[in-house]
Amino acid sequence: MFTNLKRVFNFALVDFFRNKGISIAAIFVLTTTILLITGLFFMHGVSNFLISTIQNKIDITAYFKADVPEQDILNAKDEILKISSEVKNVEYISKEDALYDFTQKHGDDPTISGALQEVGGNPFLPSLNIIMASGASGYEKVATILQGDQFIDLIEKVDFSQKKVTIEKIFSISATINKFGLILAVILFLVAIVVVFNTIKLAINGSREEITTMRIVGASSWFIKSPFIIQGAMFGFVSFIICFFVTFILAFLVSSSVEIIMPGFNLFKYFTSNIFIIILIQLGFGVAMGVVSSFIVVNKYLKV
Amino acid sequence: MIKFQNVTKIYQENIIVLQDVSFEIKEGEFVSIVGKSGAGKTTLIRMILGLEFPTYGEVFFDGESVSKANSKILQKIRRKIGSVYQDYRLLPAKTVYENVAYIMEVEGKENEEIEVEVPRVLEIIGLGDKMNNFPRELSGGEQQRLSIARALVNHPAVIIADEPTGNLDPYNTYEVISLLEKINKSGKTVVLSTHNREIVNKLGKRVITIENGIIIRDEERGRFII
Repeated sequence: MFTNLKRVFNFALVDFFRNKGISIAAIFVLTTTILLITGLFFMHGVSNFLISTIQNKIDITAYFKADVPEQDILNAKDEILKISSEVKNVEYISKEDALYDFTQKHGDDPTISGALQEVGGNPFLPSLNIIMASGASGYEKVATILQGDQFIDLIEKVDFSQKKVTIEKIFSISATINKFGLILAVILFLVAIVVVFNTIKLAINGSREEITTMRIVGASSWFIKSPFIIQGAMFGFVSFIICFFVTFILAFLVSSSVEIIMPGFNLFKYFTSNIFIIILIQLGFGVAMGVVSSFIVVNKYLKV
Repeated sequence: MIKFQNVTKIYQENIIVLQDVSFEIKEGEFVSIVGKSGAGKTTLIRMILGLEFPTYGEVFFDGESVSKANSKILQKIRRKIGSVYQDYRLLPAKTVYENVAYIMEVEGKENEEIEVEVPRVLEIIGLGDKMNNFPRELSGGEQQRLSIARALVNHPAVIIADEPTGNLDPYNTYEVISLLEKINKSGKTVVLSTHNREIVNKLGKRVITIENGIIIRDEERGRFII
């Protein structure tokens, strides 16, 4: 058994180096497709980052009545956090903070400063800024509760109705991007499978007669199949090594440029923090495709 | 050793290749199967190896039904047969040495035995100095001798040669046939399929003549008469 195992490994290794042209072609195609799939993984990361960046900019604000004590607002904040696990963040902005923010923003504008002086005192209301983790429906749900009986004595108004259209549009665009990305990924993944399968098929096609001869001289199925399957795994493994280093180098080199376009997104950090998933995708896809394609093709030619 | 029992082979669209063929080849015999191209010789040879199966009737090898054999038994039967073909059927990606060694490796022979036996057989066959060459680097005659070496190395009970001289010049034809005669003299059964009149008449051995899928003649010391 061990002798035979050694033999089939040896056959695979010898053929791998002897049929250099075929090996290089198969590795080239596998490398290209693995890079494509790795690209899809990075695209997924980028689109997730963009979507969450945009979604984090969406909030609704509940303005409290001017005479509501701060402790009551903080209690309301705790209550809101309890409404749903989808409430991502609630930030309290006091009257003073609101005025400070406003003057910071518009202090240079004499018209606005003049208007503020004319009003006299602090015209701003204390408020709670609420950010949800879920879609537009989550905001609607929280807005409805805030406008209901429970908070009627505390809350002056909730600005959901003004922002409703924008919120719905942003979440609808995010969902479309996600759906389109998934469809594109599935199509490209299927194309990658077909391309790799046909390349392996072409690589083994040249050995078709050889397989028949092996069968005629009484070789068992596994004795014929194994070297081709091992070779398929070798194609996948070598492609993985190439892809991993190419991805590593590209992520390192491109990272700073990407961060200029998308501040806050570090491509190299994304690579290192997802290194095990990337290894799994590249190695898994490469070796699995090599092995499965070889198995199917040789099996087809073995029917003698 | 080999028995055809009322074998008929019909391909799609009712093309009858063999019709009610019955004969028996005994151990140690040298049998030539002759006939024009398309007479059914190759189909008959392929049936012995289990590469084709009869539509009706049965083929036996060593008492075992080839037509009903599963892949394990077929494998066993094929290992008892050394086959030689017109197009050599060598393994192009393997060297001369590896082509012969492969047959022993298939049988699970030990490396030590392979290392002794393969060079010995290649020396006998006259390819001792070409062990590291690839089949494409050999002449037609050398390739056919290599395929005979491959057929012989596992000491099979039967050698089946399907038009082995079809691609060879007269000198190499003579060499190959002499080798087959020697193999037969050593006690092995030889089944030779050919349409070479001269070879058959020179051999003076049993001749089975096929015409349009039917055996028209089976003579102990036959001649090529069509």
